[in-house]
Amino acid sequence: MRDRHTLSVLVENRPGVLTRIAGMFARRGYNIHSLAVGPTEDARVSRLTVVVGAEAVQLEQIIKQLNKLVHVLKIVELDQDESVEREMQLVKVTADPATRSQIIEIAEVFRAKIVDVDHDALTIEAAGAPAKLEAMVDLLEPYGIREMVRSGTIALSRGTRSITDGSKLRMQRVV
Amino acid sequence: MRITGAQAVMKSLEMLGVDTVFGYPGGAILPAYDPMIDAGFTHVLVRHEQGAIHMAEGYAHATGRVGVCIVTSGPAATNLVTGLADANMDSVPVLAITGQVATTSIGSDAFQEADVTGITMPITKHNELVHHVERVADAIKEAYHIARSGRPGPVLVDLPKDVLNATVEWSWDDRVDLPGYKPTVRGHGKMVREALDLIAAAERPVIYAGGGLVRADAGDELYEFATQLELPVVTTLMGRGVFPDTHELAIGMPGMHGHYAAVKALQEADLLVTLGARFDDRVTGKLDAFAPLAKVIHVDVDPAEIGKNRAVDVPIVGDVKVVLGQLLRVLDDKREKGTVEALIPDTTAWRAHLAAMQTDHPLLVDQPSSGVVKPQTAIRAIHEHWGDEAVYVAGVGQHQMWAAQHIPYTRGGQWINSGGLGTMGFAVPAAIGAKAGVGPDVPVVAIDGDGCFQMTFQEIASAVQHDIPVTFCVINNGYLGMVRQWQSLFYDDRLSQVTLPQDLPDLMKLADAYGIPGFRVTTVDELDTTLTKARAITDQPVLVEFRVDPDEMVFPMVPSGASNDEILETAEEWYARAAAVKAAAAAGEDA
Repeated sequence: MRDRHTLSVLVENRPGVLTRIAGMFARRGYNIHSLAVGPTEDARVSRLTVVVGAEAVQLEQIIKQLNKLVHVLKIVELDQDESVEREMQLVKVTADPATRSQIIEIAEVFRAKIVDVDHDALTIEAAGAPAKLEAMVDLLEPYGIREMVRSGTIALSRGTRSITDGSKLRMQRVV
Repeated sequence: MRITGAQAVMKSLEMLGVDTVFGYPGGAILPAYDPMIDAGFTHVLVRHEQGAIHMAEGYAHATGRVGVCIVTSGPAATNLVTGLADANMDSVPVLAITGQVATTSIGSDAFQEADVTGITMPITKHNELVHHVERVADAIKEAYHIARSGRPGPVLVDLPKDVLNATVEWSWDDRVDLPGYKPTVRGHGKMVREALDLIAAAERPVIYAGGGLVRADAGDELYEFATQLELPVVTTLMGRGVFPDTHELAIGMPGMHGHYAAVKALQEADLLVTLGARFDDRVTGKLDAFAPLAKVIHVDVDPAEIGKNRAVDVPIVGDVKVVLGQLLRVLDDKREKGTVEALIPDTTAWRAHLAAMQTDHPLLVDQPSSGVVKPQTAIRAIHEHWGDEAVYVAGVGQHQMWAAQHIPYTRGGQWINSGGLGTMGFAVPAAIGAKAGVGPDVPVVAIDGDGCFQMTFQEIASAVQHDIPVTFCVINNGYLGMVRQWQSLFYDDRLSQVTLPQDLPDLMKLADAYGIPGFRVTTVDELDTTLTKARAITDQPVLVEFRVDPDEMVFPMVPSGASNDEILETAEEWYARAAAVKAAAAAGEDA
């Protein structure tokens, strides 16, 4: 059984960076569970959250190989107990007048929102840790899931410190 | 001063001190070939783009400087792929410049369009598609810097035609600003001291010296380090020559076709001092059984190599030349204090054991006194005539292994070959590039096989046209020899598609067609006189063909996938082992 590790990767916001990272994973046979990318507080920097399945030796190789990519600025492994991990999910569930209120009740238990209602369906938006979202989907399954989509994991460490603390990240460009 | 992107490319190369560029013009790169007429460097016109990149590699191997090639888009750029992969595997600093269709056409499947940065991403150290003319100078400068620094490698810059044609205010700043690229140069002081402690405590230490030492130009430091500590040295295929084979501490080449004593030295060692080497499968054989008794010190500029294949006791990330300097400084300090003796292990018995093994297990060549030429004899004769000052460049296969085994190399960069990727066809263009780099005073000899030679011999025309006098030696055994050897050994002598008739083509007519002198050696008796004649010609390319024994095999050999302990020195030993394995299997079935 391979362990699940969450890596937070700061990269220069340049064309093709995502391809480089995805390509490196594919070429070296590493296993990506999920990948999410988006902007950060600095417009020149993007942040990737990559969840990988790897044993300790392979994880070390993944981090080292990522570090070799010229546009990768910093990599931090987020300890699952010391960080907040979230995924977002949209689920379209079959709902007739008889089942609608039961489905809304389930959504409320998971602190999910109803974002669209039609005669025969409800669309639910939920955010949370992967296990919580899976539990909700299990409960919704009997009503008939018409379609669903889930984002990759995003994560931040708990507490005051941020990934950009410390000396490694230097983005001062010579003007 | 406003100039075009194309002019900016030329000026950038001039600012970087580039003196030779290997290339081939075409549609998208045409804007660059106009200002090139006035550029301050030489352009060597090749006959195939693969030739251009192998020449750039040969130039880089021989000089330690970045080799530069320039070609157009699409098919020209895809013809670089083999060379880029080769340079990536062997950490060769190469800057490849490719034309690209105009930014307005990218993605439209335009004429001669290919996604070159996409195609080459996994086989380059880095690459960049330049979108704006303002980026041109920085892109070239950064690519050159990335190619040569850290663990060297190929970097490709893709230049769309409209970017080359657009104008920009010229400016140049020597500084490079790459926030995500900071190679570690100095080794960790604590690790350096731990390494010396481990060496001091060792009884059977061996320096496992790789190609990284050649790239780092660390031959002098290695020599000091090995001789001061009296450590035996094995040099890998990529590291041949970085420690002189003529020195008594030199044990030879490890690996699948290595010298017997070198292979055994690693197997019996209690400490590997690994310098710029990467535990390649061709060196380790069966990884679990490799150097089973040894602790490992591993010095490499690429942190990802450390611990990749073999667990390490003392890891040191840094430029191996700098790290060796740090190690030597500690030794100097201790010497001043009179305590250096405590750091020098007593390797007397170990060295005597290895020396005895070298004497008892020499390379075996069964050369009759007349008639057929054994390929090993041909290669030894080449070295006798061209000597220690020459640079030797090989292709891939049997001739490569014989040339690695039988020539005593005495300096890094003297032996050039395609190690990691095993690129047939490497020798002819790489030798031309090497010769362009080392200049008129150093002879360059390509030692090629008949299979390899026919993949790239069109580049002889480039050598003739540009007055690059390389000696091309073809070890012609009429076979794809290494493949035949494997078919003989692993497929019961069932030969499949390995015959290349020795007369096809007639290499003497080929030499004639290119207007260069051609010599053919068919018997051992004419070897010396013919090579004396060929050696006398130094002002133009020469072709020397050796018609050699077609059935010769490369030994020693570690069977593929076996432990290095199972090294076999002759074909007879091989067949005896194979028969024993068969008999054991049959006995097992009966039982």
